[in-house]
Amino acid sequence: MTGEIGQLALSLALALAIMQAGAGLFGARANGARAAAIASSSALGLFVFVALAFGALIFAFLKSDFSILDVAQNSHTAKPLLYKFTGAWGNHEGSMLLWVFVLSVYSAFIAIAQRGGERLTSAALGVQGLLAVAFLLFIIFTSNPFLRLDPPPFEGAGLNPLLQDPGLAFHPPMLYIGYVGLSAAFAYAAAALITRKADGEWARAARPFMLAAWIALTLGITLGSWWAYYVLGWGGFWFWDPVENAALMPWLIATALLHSALATERTGAFRTWTLLLSILGFSLSLIGTFLVRSGVLTSVHAFANDPERGFFILIMLALAIGGALTLFGWRAPQIGEGSAFQPVSRETALLLNNLLLTVAAAIVFLGTLYPLALDALTGQKISVGAPYFAITFAPVFVALLILVPFGPRLGWRRGDLKSALRTLAPALGAAAVVAVAIFAIVAPHSLSGALAFALATWLIGASAIDLFRRNRERALNWGGAASALAHAGLGITLIGIAGTTIWRSEATDVLSPGKSLPLAGYELRLRDVVNVQGPNYFATRAYVDAMRNGRVVATLTPEKRLYPAEGQAATNTAIRTTGFSDLYVALGDERGHGRWVIRAYINPLAPFIWFGGGLMALGGLGSLFSRLRLRTVRTAAYAAAE
Amino acid sequence: MEARAVALQKQLRCLVCQGESLDESNAPLAADLRGVIRERIAAGNSDQQVKQYLVDRYGDFILMKPPLKNETYLLWFAPLGLLVIGGAIVTAVVLGARNRAGRSTNPS
Repeated sequence: MTGEIGQLALSLALALAIMQAGAGLFGARANGARAAAIASSSALGLFVFVALAFGALIFAFLKSDFSILDVAQNSHTAKPLLYKFTGAWGNHEGSMLLWVFVLSVYSAFIAIAQRGGERLTSAALGVQGLLAVAFLLFIIFTSNPFLRLDPPPFEGAGLNPLLQDPGLAFHPPMLYIGYVGLSAAFAYAAAALITRKADGEWARAARPFMLAAWIALTLGITLGSWWAYYVLGWGGFWFWDPVENAALMPWLIATALLHSALATERTGAFRTWTLLLSILGFSLSLIGTFLVRSGVLTSVHAFANDPERGFFILIMLALAIGGALTLFGWRAPQIGEGSAFQPVSRETALLLNNLLLTVAAAIVFLGTLYPLALDALTGQKISVGAPYFAITFAPVFVALLILVPFGPRLGWRRGDLKSALRTLAPALGAAAVVAVAIFAIVAPHSLSGALAFALATWLIGASAIDLFRRNRERALNWGGAASALAHAGLGITLIGIAGTTIWRSEATDVLSPGKSLPLAGYELRLRDVVNVQGPNYFATRAYVDAMRNGRVVATLTPEKRLYPAEGQAATNTAIRTTGFSDLYVALGDERGHGRWVIRAYINPLAPFIWFGGGLMALGGLGSLFSRLRLRTVRTAAYAAAE
Repeated sequence: MEARAVALQKQLRCLVCQGESLDESNAPLAADLRGVIRERIAAGNSDQQVKQYLVDRYGDFILMKPPLKNETYLLWFAPLGLLVIGGAIVTAVVLGARNRAGRSTNPS
C-alpha cells in the first residue's frame, strides 16, 4: 500500500505543480487576482502531496518494506533506526524526492507570506511551479523511488557505512535547503522580470529566502568538511574535490547575492547584478546537482553509459538557465537606470565584493570542469588539485578578506575613507603586531601563516570595532550585529585553517600492546586491541592511552569496522578535542603478531574551523530574525505610504 | 631525503583514489609509487627529474598541479583575465554612478 500511496501522491503532486505553474504565471498579470489565488492554493496542495509521498518513502524505510526496490537496495533490518530514517535520502531516488519536498516547502512559504504583493508572489509561484513540474517528471520517469520489487527479498542490501554517521546523514537535507533556497531567489528574480518591477521590492521580498539558503549552505559545507575530517582518517578537511566544489560555488555566489541584494533594497543599486546573481546562484545549484548525480565526475564515459538521468538534468539546466537569461535580455530595458553613488562608498565596496566573489566562484568552476572538458575534447587527462587553487583562488580570497571590514564603515552613496581607516586603525595595528609575532617567534619562516593570522586579526578586530562604534552611535541593530558576527566567524575559520596547516604534527608507527608513540608532548600508548560488535557491524577497536607527564589524560578508541550486510569496511578515527586543538588517532593495518599501525596527529586550532562556520551561520540567523521581526513594521509602513 | 620524498608525494596524485595525494593515500599502488620516488631520489635524480619520470609513465594526470602547456593556457590565465575584465566592469559602473551623482546635484 505504501508504494501505491507514494506513487499516487506523486502523480497528484505533478498535477498540482502544473496548476501552480500555469495559474502562477497567469496571475502575474494586472487582472490576474483569481489566478494568483489558485496558484497559492496549488502551492499549499503541492506541499501536502509531496509531503505525503516523502512520508510514504520514509515509512517504507522505517518498516524495512523490501517490496519497494529503493528500500531493498539501500536499507537493512539491522540498521539503527536513525539511519533507516536518514537512509531514505541516502540514495539517488530518495534524495531527488527530498529536493522536491524542500522545493514544495519553500513554495508554501512563498504562498503564505505573500511578500512583495500578490502579482510578484504569483509570478514567483509560477516559476517554482515550473521547477516542480520538471523535477517531478524527472522523478516519476527516471528516478522513481516507489518501483516495486517482486518477489521481495528477506533482507536489503544495506546502506553505505560512510553514510551511517550523524554528520553525513544530515548533510544532504542541509545542502538541499541551501540549493533549493536559491531556487526561491531565482523565482523572485524571474518574477521581478516577468512583472516588470525590477526595483528594490523583489530583493526585499526574496531576502529571507536568500538568507535561509546561505545559512543552510554554510552549515552544509561546514558539516561536510567536519565529516571528511573525522571520517577519512588523515586530518584533512578540504580536498577541492569536485563534489565539494559543487557546494562551494553556490555558496560563494549566494554570499555575493546577499550583499548585492542589500544594496538593491537600500538604494535600488545593482539591480542587474542582483538579478544575474540570483540566476547564476540557482544555475550553479542545478549544475552542482548534475555534477554529483550524473556520474560525469568519475568519468566522462561513465556518464555516457547511463545517460538518461544525466541528459534529463542537462536539458533542465539548459531550459532553466537559457530561459532565465532570455527573459533577462527581453526585459532588460525595463530594469531602469542605475543608482548614483560616489567612488568611495558602501556601494563600491559591495561592488568589489561582488566582483571578487564571482571571480572566485568562476575559478572554482574552471578548475573543476577543465579536466572534464579537456578529456571530452582531446582525451588528455590532467589533475587540477590544491596547488592550482592555492595559486589562483587564494589571492582573490585574500583580497576580499582585506576589503571586508571597509564595507560596514563606509556610508551609502558617499563614504569617508579617511574616517573609516582611522576607526579601523586599531585592528590594522593589531594585525601587524600579530603578523610580526607569528613570523618571528612562533612559526619562523612561515610567511603565509603570518599573513593568515594577520588577516584573521584584521577581520575579528574590525568586527569588534564595528560593534562598539555602532553601539556608541546608538545605531546598533540586529542586522549590524549579525553581520559583524558573521565576518568575525570568517576570521575564526581562517585561524583554524592557518593553525592546522602550519602547526600540525604527525607520527606513525607499528605498535604492539604496551608500546607507545611520542607526539608533541604526548605519549600515546597502545593498551589493547579487541574485537567488538555493534548493531550492524563488527569492529576491531584499539584502546590508546594519551599520556602527559606519565599521567593518562584521555583514552582514545579508534576502530576499523566491517559491515557484513553491505560488505564494506570503514575506519572510525578517535578525536580528543580541547576546543583549541585536536588529538587525532587512527587505526591502520595489522602487521602480524598483534602489531598494529597507529597514526596520530595533533591539529592545533582545528576546532576553530567549524566553530567559525557555526558563527557565520549564527550571524545569518540573526540577520534572518531581524528581517522577520521588521516585516510587520514595514508592511504597516508601506500600507500607510500607499 | 625523507623531506624531499614527502614534499614530492604531496605534489603527486594517487592514481586509483578520488583526489588524494600519494602522501595521504593508503592504496597499495600509492605505497609502490612512494617507493619509486625514494628509489629515484637515491639514484640521484632531481625533483624535476623524478616528476618527469612518473609523468612519462602515467601522464600529466599524476601531477596535482596541472602543467603549463598549450592546452592549459586557458586554465592558468583565465583567472587573471576574469579579474581584468571584472575590474573594467567595476570601473565602468563606478564612473557611471559618479556621473549620475554629479548630474543629480547639478541642475544644469
